[in-house]
Amino acid sequence: MADLSLAAPPPRPRSALRRLMERRLALFGLLLIVLVVGAAVLAPWLAPYPPQEQLFDGLTLEGAPLPPDGRFVMGTDLLGRDLFSRMLYGAQTSLIIGVVANGMALLIGTLVGLTAGLFRGWIGSALMRFTDLMMAFPALLLAICLAAIFKPSLWIVALVIALVNWVQTARVIYTETTSLAERDFIAAERTLGAGTGRILFHHILPHLVPTIIVWGTLGISTTVLLEATLSFLGVGVQPPTPSWGNIIFENQTYFQAAPWLVFIPGAAIILLALAFNLVGDALRDVLDPTQRGRD
Amino acid sequence: MAGYILRRLVQSALILVGISFVTFVLLYVLPADPVRQIAGRSATAETVENIRRQLGLDQPFVVQYGRYLAALLQGDMGRSYLQKTEVTELILSRLPATLQLMSAGIVAELVLGLSMGVAAALMRGRAGDQLLMMASFVTVSAPQFVVSLLLLYVFAVKLGWFPIGGYGTAAHLVLPAVTLGILGSGWYSRMMRSSMIEVLRADYIRTARAKGLSGLRVVLGHALPNAILPVVAMIGIDIGIFMGGIVVVESVFGWPGIGQLAWQAIQRVDIPIIMGVTLVSALAIVIGNLLADLVAPLIDPRIRLR
Amino acid sequence: MKKWLVSTALALTLALPAAAQDYTPDPNAKPGGTITITYKDDVATLDPAIGYDWQNWSMIKSIFDGLMDYVPGTTTLRAGLAESYEISPDGLTYTFKLRPGVKFHNGREMTAEDVKYSLDRVTDPATQSPGAGFFGSIAGFEAAGPDGLSGVEVVDPLTVKITLSRPDATFLHVMALNFASVVPKEAVDALGSDFGKQPVGTGAFRLGEWTLGQRLVFEKNADYWREGVPYLDSVVFEVGQEPVVALLRLQNGEVDVPGDGIPPAKFTEVMGDPAQAARVVQGGQLHTGYITLNVTMPPFDKVEVRKAVNMAINKERITQIINGRAVPATQPLPPSMPGYTEGYAGYPYDVEGAKKLLADAGLADGFETDLYVMNTDPNPRIAQAIQQDLATIGIKANIQSLAQANVIEAGGAGTAPMIWSGGMAWIADFPDPSNFYGPILGCAGAGDGGWNWSKFCDEALDKMAVEADSLSDPARAEERLKLWSDVYMGVMEKAPWVPVFNEERYTMKSERMGGDDALYVDPVSIPVNYDYVYVK
Repeated sequence: MADLSLAAPPPRPRSALRRLMERRLALFGLLLIVLVVGAAVLAPWLAPYPPQEQLFDGLTLEGAPLPPDGRFVMGTDLLGRDLFSRMLYGAQTSLIIGVVANGMALLIGTLVGLTAGLFRGWIGSALMRFTDLMMAFPALLLAICLAAIFKPSLWIVALVIALVNWVQTARVIYTETTSLAERDFIAAERTLGAGTGRILFHHILPHLVPTIIVWGTLGISTTVLLEATLSFLGVGVQPPTPSWGNIIFENQTYFQAAPWLVFIPGAAIILLALAFNLVGDALRDVLDPTQRGRD
Repeated sequence: MAGYILRRLVQSALILVGISFVTFVLLYVLPADPVRQIAGRSATAETVENIRRQLGLDQPFVVQYGRYLAALLQGDMGRSYLQKTEVTELILSRLPATLQLMSAGIVAELVLGLSMGVAAALMRGRAGDQLLMMASFVTVSAPQFVVSLLLLYVFAVKLGWFPIGGYGTAAHLVLPAVTLGILGSGWYSRMMRSSMIEVLRADYIRTARAKGLSGLRVVLGHALPNAILPVVAMIGIDIGIFMGGIVVVESVFGWPGIGQLAWQAIQRVDIPIIMGVTLVSALAIVIGNLLADLVAPLIDPRIRLR
Repeated sequence: MKKWLVSTALALTLALPAAAQDYTPDPNAKPGGTITITYKDDVATLDPAIGYDWQNWSMIKSIFDGLMDYVPGTTTLRAGLAESYEISPDGLTYTFKLRPGVKFHNGREMTAEDVKYSLDRVTDPATQSPGAGFFGSIAGFEAAGPDGLSGVEVVDPLTVKITLSRPDATFLHVMALNFASVVPKEAVDALGSDFGKQPVGTGAFRLGEWTLGQRLVFEKNADYWREGVPYLDSVVFEVGQEPVVALLRLQNGEVDVPGDGIPPAKFTEVMGDPAQAARVVQGGQLHTGYITLNVTMPPFDKVEVRKAVNMAINKERITQIINGRAVPATQPLPPSMPGYTEGYAGYPYDVEGAKKLLADAGLADGFETDLYVMNTDPNPRIAQAIQQDLATIGIKANIQSLAQANVIEAGGAGTAPMIWSGGMAWIADFPDPSNFYGPILGCAGAGDGGWNWSKFCDEALDKMAVEADSLSDPARAEERLKLWSDVYMGVMEKAPWVPVFNEERYTMKSERMGGDDALYVDPVSIPVNYDYVYVK
C-alpha cells in the first residue's frame, strides 16, 4: 500500500506565489491594494484636514460645495469638508469592513460547509437546506432589514454583510469537503481508526486552504461593493464616519452640479473591488488544480 | 425527469415558506411599530391599541405567522397597512415594469457579454484579449449605483441623448437596461470566452477548417452556436442576481417597479408589502435556479439530474 | 326650527366673515387645458379618512369637500358644503345649514345623512383613520364605533347639529380638514377598502384614471357646485419622478409644477437665471424644523443643559447648508402662524454662554449622547452640522441615522435623547397655534408612543392651552392668540426644543401657468390650489 498522505499533496505555497507574480493583471491588483492600504494606514498623516471638520470657508455663500483646486485637491463636500481627507479615511472604513465582514462570512461559511460536509446525516442536510434558503433570499432586502434591526455602526454593518455573504463560501466548502471525504485515502484513514478530528485537521483542512484563500480574496470585493451599496441607500456606516459609499449617498443629489463628489469615490470603489477580483481570480488559477490549464 | 421536477418544485415551495418565516421574524423584531405609522401623529393611545387589535398585531408571533401563512396558501398576501390596497394588486401593477427592465437588461448583457467573449476568444493571448478581460473584471467590480449615475451624467445630463429617468418610452429603458447589461456582461464574456476556446479546439471545427471553409463561416456557422448554449444556460441564475439588486437600479432611475415599492414600504414598515416583494423576488430566484438546472443537462449531456 | 330663526341674527354676527372676504376670481382666467404635476413618491390613497401624505393632501382637497374650507391662497376660513352655520353662545353646539343641490360625482345629491355618515366613519376605530383624534371634542367621541357619534345629529336633510363635549376654538378648522370630507355611504359600502383607489366626492375634480405607481388623471367636475371653477379640464399627476428629473422636464416645458419643489442641487442654477427665477414662487410654510431634547433623560432633565444646547446651535449655518431655503427659527410657531410672538429673538447663538451654562449644570467637561435622524438627504447632513456645533461646547453626539419608522419608534418610546425632526417635522394640519402644541409639546403626546419626543409635560402650560382653546367666541380671538403666544413663550423658557429653522417654500411653474402667486404657495393646498389655477 502506498503512503496515503502522498495521494494528494497539498499545494506548495512558494511556487504558487511565484506563479502569481508572473501575472501582470494580478500584480496590478496587488499594487492597487497596497496603494489603498497605504492610504488608509497613512490617512492621519496624509490628510490635510480632519475628515469630520466642516470648514467655514468650504462652502460658497449659497451653500454650494467647492470644486477641486489647489487648496482642496478633490474639492469639498456639501458640508464644506475636504473630500480628499474624507476619501483617505473612507479607505479605512472600506478596508475594515472588507476584511472584518469577509472574515466573519468566511468563518461562518467554512464552519457551515465543513459541518455539513462531515456530518452527512440530518445535521448536514438541515444546514444545506438552510443554505439553499439563504441563496434564494433577495440579498439586498435581507441586508436592509438586518440593518434596520441592529442600529448600524461600523461593526454592525460588517456583521450584516457577513450574515448575507457567507452562503457562497458554505456551498463551495461543502462541495469540496464531501468530495474529499469520499476520496479513498480518507476512507482508508477511517478504517485505520483515525478520529474525525485527525481527519479534519490533517487531511481535509489543508486541502481546503487554497479554496478559502481564493474565496476570501474574491469575497472582499463583494463585501466592499455591498457596504458601498448599503451606505448609498443610507442604511450603512453612520455619519460622520466617512465611507466611500456614504460619501456618494450624501452628495448624490448634487451629482450634476458637483460630479466630483460622486465620481471620485465611485472610481475608488471600483478600483478597490477590481484589485481584489484580479488577485482573487489569479489565485484561483494558481491554487485550484481543477481550474488549472483551462485556457 | 418528471420525478426530479416534482421534487425540485416541492423543495422550492419549502424554501419559499422558509423565506417567509425568516422575513416574518425579521420584521417582527424590527424596532419600529407599524401601528404608529398607520395611526399617525395625532392618534391617541386608544386608537393605536385599537388598530393593533384589528390587524391582529397584538397576537403572539406564532398566531400572526400562522395567519399570514394560512392566507398566503390561499393566494392572499394581505392588504397594505398604509395604502389599504391588496398587496397582490400593488405588486401586479408594478411587475410589468420590473419584468420589462429585467428582460431588456438580460438582452443587453447577452449582446455585450457574448460579443466581448467571442472577440476575446478569437484574439486569444493578444493585447485585445487582455484588454477585454480587464474590462470584464471592471464590470464585475462596479457597484450598480456608480454605473447608473455615470451613465446618467454622461448620456442624459451632458449629451442629452436619453431622458434623465422615468418610465414609459423605449428611450427611458435604454440607460437602466444598459447599466444592467454592462454589470452583467463581465461574467458572460468570460464564460463565453472559455466556452468558445474549447469549441474552437474541437475536432469538428478542425475538420471544417480542413475542408477549406473560411474562418468567419466556421466561427459563425459552427463554433458560435455550440459555444453559446452552455453560456445561455446561466440566464436563470442571472434572474436571481438581478432580483437581489433591484432596489438600487429602480431607485436611481425612478423606475416604477417592485424594487421602488419595496423601498418605500421598508421606510414605513408596511409589512405586508415587504413580505410580498420579498416572496416574489425569492420566487423569481428559485424559478431562475430551477430553469438553469433543468436546461443544463439538455445542453451538456455530461451533466445528470440528481 | 324655531331656535334656528331666533338665533339667525347671532349666527350672522358670529359667523361667515368669509362671505365678505371670499376669493375674487381672476378676470383673466379662462377655462380649459391640462397641466402636469410630478411627485417622487407614490400616492398611497385618496380616501379622505386615511390619506395623510404630502402628495395626497391637496389631491383629496380637490376631489372632496368638507363643511368648511379656506379662501384660496390664504388661511382664512370660508364656508364649504355648509351654506351657513351658527354657534351656540356656550360654544358647545354648531348647527350647519347645507348647500342645497350639491351632487356627488356619482350624481346623487349630498344630504345631512352623508355628513353624519362621514364623521361617524372617520371616528369609527374600524376605519383606522390617522385623523380620528382631531374629532375628540365631539360628544360621544370616546364611545365612537359602528353606532356612530352621539354628538352628530341630522336635524333635517339639509341641517346637521354637532354637539361638543367641551368648547373647542379650533372646531371650524377641524371641519375644514380632509378627514372631515363628506363621502357617499353607498360608494364606500360598495368599494370597501378600495374606496381610496376609486374615490367619489363632491369636489372640483373627479378621478379619471389611476395607473398604480405611475400616473393619476383628475378630470374636471362639470357639475361642481362653486360657480366658474375649476378652470382646468384635467390635471395629470406623474409619480416616481426624482425632483431633479422633474425640474429638468419643467425646463423643457413637459411639466407645469414640480410637486416636490425645486431640488437643492438645482436651486442655485435656477435662481441665477433671471428668466427662470421669475417663475419661482416663494412663500412661507407652516413648518418648523426642531431638535427635541428628552427632558426625562439626564442630563437633559436640567434646563440649563437644554438652554446651553439652544445657544450652541448655529442656525445661520444650517440654513446655509440647505441653500438658504429657510429662515432661522426663534420659537416653535412659524412666523406665518397666528399667535407667533413678534419681537421675540429666541436664544442667541453664544458658544461661550452655552459653555458657561453647561459648567453651571456641573457638566463643564461636556457629555456623550445620541442624536437620532431620519436617513434621507439632507437630514443626515444637517445632523452632522448640529453634531459639530455641539462638539464646540463639549457635547459628543453620536448620530443614529435610521429609517423614518425607527426614529419615530425611538422618539415615541422615549429612548432617544435628541432627535432632529427633519423629514418627520411638524407641518400644521390647520392654521391655528393649537395644532403645534397638543401632540408634540403637551402632556397628551408625552406618553409612550406619542409624538411628543421631548416627553415634555408642563401641567401649568397644559392648563393655559385648554383655557385658550375654550375661548371659542370669535370676538375673543385676539385674547386667545395672546394666550397661545404665552404658552409658547412658556415652552421656550423650559427649552424642551431647539427650534432650528422654518422652511420656506420655493416652487416653480411653467410659463403657461396662470393665477395668483398665492395659489402656488397656498398654505393649505400644497403644492398648488388645483381648483383656481389656469392655463394662459
